[in-house]
Amino acid sequence: MSETVARSAAPAPTAGNGPGPAAPQLLEVSGLRVTYGRAQAVDGVSFAVGEGELVGVVGPNGAGKSSTLLAVMGEVRRAAGEVRLRGVPLPGRPENVVRSGMAMVPEGRRLFPSMTVQENLQLGRLARRQGRVPRLSDDEVAALFPVTAEFARRRAGLLSGGQQQQVAIARALLSDPDVLLLDEPSLGLSPTIVASVFSALERVNSLGVAILLVEQRAEMTLEFCSRSYVLVGGRIRFEADRHTSVETVMAAYFGGEPVASGNRP
Amino acid sequence: MTVVGYLVNAISLGALYALIAVSVGLVFGVLRQINLAQGEVITFGAYSLWLMRSLPTWLAIVLCFAVCIAASLLLQVAVFRPLRGASALTTLVATFGVSYGLEALWLIIFGPSGNTVSMLTSLNNTVVGGAVALRWITLVEIGAAVVLLGGLLLLLFRTSLGMRMRAVAEDLRAARLVGVRIGQVVTWAFVLSGASAAVVAVLATVQTPLVTPTFGLNLIIFALVGVVLGGLDHLGRATAGGFIVGFVNSLLGSILPEQELVFVTSLTFLFVVVVLVVRPAGLLAPRGADVERV
Repeated sequence: MSETVARSAAPAPTAGNGPGPAAPQLLEVSGLRVTYGRAQAVDGVSFAVGEGELVGVVGPNGAGKSSTLLAVMGEVRRAAGEVRLRGVPLPGRPENVVRSGMAMVPEGRRLFPSMTVQENLQLGRLARRQGRVPRLSDDEVAALFPVTAEFARRRAGLLSGGQQQQVAIARALLSDPDVLLLDEPSLGLSPTIVASVFSALERVNSLGVAILLVEQRAEMTLEFCSRSYVLVGGRIRFEADRHTSVETVMAAYFGGEPVASGNRP
Repeated sequence: MTVVGYLVNAISLGALYALIAVSVGLVFGVLRQINLAQGEVITFGAYSLWLMRSLPTWLAIVLCFAVCIAASLLLQVAVFRPLRGASALTTLVATFGVSYGLEALWLIIFGPSGNTVSMLTSLNNTVVGGAVALRWITLVEIGAAVVLLGGLLLLLFRTSLGMRMRAVAEDLRAARLVGVRIGQVVTWAFVLSGASAAVVAVLATVQTPLVTPTFGLNLIIFALVGVVLGGLDHLGRATAGGFIVGFVNSLLGSILPEQELVFVTSLTFLFVVVVLVVRPAGLLAPRGADVERV
């Protein structure tokens, strides 16, 4: 597979509430396209995540949310567009992207089921950048996700869904990312478990890790994140925040144009 | 003594097939593709021993390792890399083709009648005489397999490389997302696979010094039967499957009257057919295992 170095003359990122106009955002995605054969999964998506921000992406099933995250990580090919971390273009392969300060908790958690929790976490440390004190120490991660210590020697596949989700987030955090991407962390979990996972994420964010959270549950996500992009049919329809009504978002799901001031035409 | 002799001989053939199964299973684990040409790596190793027959034995063995590892890596670069992303069936056919082509090449270069490698012949002396001859090489085979499989276990479960290999075998995409460099892991799998092929080449040529163009093919066919029998997607079970086939094969050879030895192969395959009908995921796979992956 060839490296996909983005080459398009990228339009300026559109997200509004960054610092100065010249300072690059922490994570900037511009004009991102993903195609599977002839199908256009992501159709020119641009967004940004600021330092320490907690940003959501909501949208219906098949809107291109997962594809967007996977393309940011380089796990699926970027057909066009550019992804930059602190102004530096991210490499095209996930094993290199994760070494530049991005980490992803994939949909369905994707732990290594026959390996122990400890081994899963050890694999998470693989991508740590050299000569950098991690933002979260191993102990802090263990404190945030107590199951990782409690079941350290148990096979990951034997844990419950909620426990696995905690291990998956801990594994991603141990690579010491600047931005943590999460793909549907609430999937298949009971409301109580979801609440505990989200409160852990809140603490992670408060320790300075920027989070980009992809979710199908719009209401919860709008409430949780400081702002959220609404992704429908491979395009960002508008940017919502805590004050945006769920009805407006739902209208966008079904093709309605938002009346609220979007930041993307 | 006779029974013990039969059993020890059966264990040693089982050990040899287990080593071949490992060399196929290592590559399958990380790539989900079967390398049918692995037998030719063994043949190549065996011929290299013949070519280096005038060198000191230790040097010939060291060079045999180098040859097998190089051949294994060449297969990776020339066959597996261009076919990356292709279906398992495509690679199966491709490696079958490579295997066929190489056999023709051996035939052209070395001729059909075989070349005798007289190396370490003293290992063929008997430890215990009597009705069933127990030769030193039998014990060496068992010892080599124990040491190698033990070493492999240590590698897989006690080193970072082993952990990365297991991660790739379990979930390639997840492994890549945590930062495992897949190319590196795959290369190591081919190196280890080539090294196991070299061990098999050395042991098998000492035991059967006549190296013919189908030397490795005859070995790999049975080992593959074992791999399928054990369950392809689990290295431990595949290895155990290889062992079982070697063991059963050797025992049948000892037990059957001489005029019925021709049936050993058919009986072995009958055994496999029955297993695959009853337990399609493999004899040793857990019940209800996912057949699709095999």
